[in-house]
Amino acid sequence: MKRIYAFEERCLNCRLCEVACKTAHSKSGDTFKAYMLENALPGRVHVEGDNQLSVAVNCRHCSHPNCVSGCISGALSKDPVTGIVTCDTAKCVACRTCVAMCPFGAVTVIEKAHKCDLCTTGHGNGDPACVRACINGALIFVESDEEQVKAVEDNVSGRGL
Amino acid sequence: MPINYLLPAFLVERDTNRCIKCGACARQCSNETHYKDEDLDIMCVHEERCVNCQRCVTICPTHALTIKRHEQAQPLSNNWTGGYIQDIAAQAQGGAVLLSSMGTQKNYPVYWDHMLLNASQVTNPSIDPLREPMETKVILGRKPEKLVVDEKTKTIKTPMYPSRTLGVPIMFSAMSFGSISLNAQKSMALAARELGTFFNTGEGGLHQDLREFHDNCIVQVASGRFGVDRDYLEQASIIEIKIGQGAKPGIGGHLPGEKINDEVSRTRMIPKGTDAISPAPHHDIYSIEDLRQLIYSLKEATEYTKPVSVKIAAVHNAPAIASGMARAGADIIVIDGFRGGTGAAPTRIKDNVGIPIELALASVDQRLRDEGIRNRVSLVPAGSFRCSADIVKAIALGADAVYCASAPLIAMGCHMCQSCNKGKCNWGIATQRPELTRRLRPEVASQRIVNLVTAWNHEIQEMLGGMGINAIESLRGNRLMLRGIGLNEKELEVLGIKYAGEVM
Repeated sequence: MKRIYAFEERCLNCRLCEVACKTAHSKSGDTFKAYMLENALPGRVHVEGDNQLSVAVNCRHCSHPNCVSGCISGALSKDPVTGIVTCDTAKCVACRTCVAMCPFGAVTVIEKAHKCDLCTTGHGNGDPACVRACINGALIFVESDEEQVKAVEDNVSGRGL
Repeated sequence: MPINYLLPAFLVERDTNRCIKCGACARQCSNETHYKDEDLDIMCVHEERCVNCQRCVTICPTHALTIKRHEQAQPLSNNWTGGYIQDIAAQAQGGAVLLSSMGTQKNYPVYWDHMLLNASQVTNPSIDPLREPMETKVILGRKPEKLVVDEKTKTIKTPMYPSRTLGVPIMFSAMSFGSISLNAQKSMALAARELGTFFNTGEGGLHQDLREFHDNCIVQVASGRFGVDRDYLEQASIIEIKIGQGAKPGIGGHLPGEKINDEVSRTRMIPKGTDAISPAPHHDIYSIEDLRQLIYSLKEATEYTKPVSVKIAAVHNAPAIASGMARAGADIIVIDGFRGGTGAAPTRIKDNVGIPIELALASVDQRLRDEGIRNRVSLVPAGSFRCSADIVKAIALGADAVYCASAPLIAMGCHMCQSCNKGKCNWGIATQRPELTRRLRPEVASQRIVNLVTAWNHEIQEMLGGMGINAIESLRGNRLMLRGIGLNEKELEVLGIKYAGEVM
């Protein structure tokens, strides 16, 4: 499946991915309203670190996701076809088991559990919003087979120059 | 605390109906202009720190920021204008030579804007470059006095001098590693390779990562001799002796110790953390004869396989000096005009020393032609080429090709804030800080340079075609294609052009 890969060598800590994510998952689709009116949910991607070293962390859509295994209400599920892990907020009871089980800290609970859905739930098309918003190519949306990822990594580290 | 007499130069305006307090501006500004007041939950500004690099303006996701010139009322004096008063305040505070970067801020005439190009009408056909061949190739190096061809074997019998071919009449001028980041140099190297032209290492040596670009590389031998060794000369395609720089004629260079990190230290071959001082003169060049010795030392060292270029600043006696340089064995003469850029120069030198490149170029070309030695050298002007039309006009005045540096920097992201000397370039160009240099990705920046030069080359072809000319070679020194506008008799005489409306 296609996954988002993040590269700390390129991350500038601008956090525009967080802004784009929040906008994409807002009701209005407008950045200003998303922040000032809806005061909505946190971004489903968040940048860890500071200006010296930072990286965007989001859901890895694991092959065997711990969050899904632990979910007591059946809200979290992995799509058997696309492999995307999503949360059905109608079913979520906010028990926070997923938060405890996720090794990446990629699930946030504010009333309900919220996590990256790769922008497939009607919020966008093409690359996910965070990838499109990244000004320095630090987020890349590619097929997660080894060759593709290696090619991208070589490019990022400058070996492919 | 004493009063700070220095006024902010810029105002940062934030539209609170747009700002979402995401803080991207604060995290991206290396000058720490923006900050978030957590108690009041608002974004605030230290506007006195703003240099107008416009990084925050361009990345703000809601376009909430505008930078304006600070409109503090100036004194009513015509003589004591704000700039001089602020300069005095700065010097009264610091007691130091004023430093600034990139070109002069003073309003000297730009002669490119006072020259007009010709076009063909009725009596001679113009050429459509999209349908007919149009050559923008340029060959740099000494040309023989005459060409003897063996008719039988169809070969040239005259021995040829080493030369280099450019795909476009544009090269990237010298900017050293130290003054700019390695990523900026890589960007220009990649672009030069793709365009079939040359980038110039400047006086800071050739970084190991750039040695693979040796076919597109001009290396400099400057007064500090940084990074010069046998391998450096062998890697080069052209060797350039730097005598002077347009932005600071007669002045050496000084790269402060804090910029000499591991990589810069290794490349310049000087200890880490020590100041890199380029003396004002080359201490082994006090005459044209001395210059000849260095030129031939370099030619000897590279077995006469590479053209040797000599770069001087455009100064009053440039024509006579250029004549001497040609006779001393230079294959390429570079003349750097006083509007040219720099990573740091004393402001008073930058604003007051040297002459405009247009006048220097015209008089040097004329002098070399009058002396019958124009074929011995290629002439490359530098300093402040802003667009393709400037380049076409330069070629008509006698240039073989031009050196551009500010334009590719702007293509990479430079916004001309003229603060390179502070070492905190928010665009990752004029800085060595890793968190800033990573903002400039060579593969992206080089493509932007390639796009720019390709576009310029198309425009050059259009202008040539309009004049009914199908090769750069045919325009070179063809001053009948130029007419002056708003110039006096003397200016027309120096430029060697007629006034608009005059016929041949």
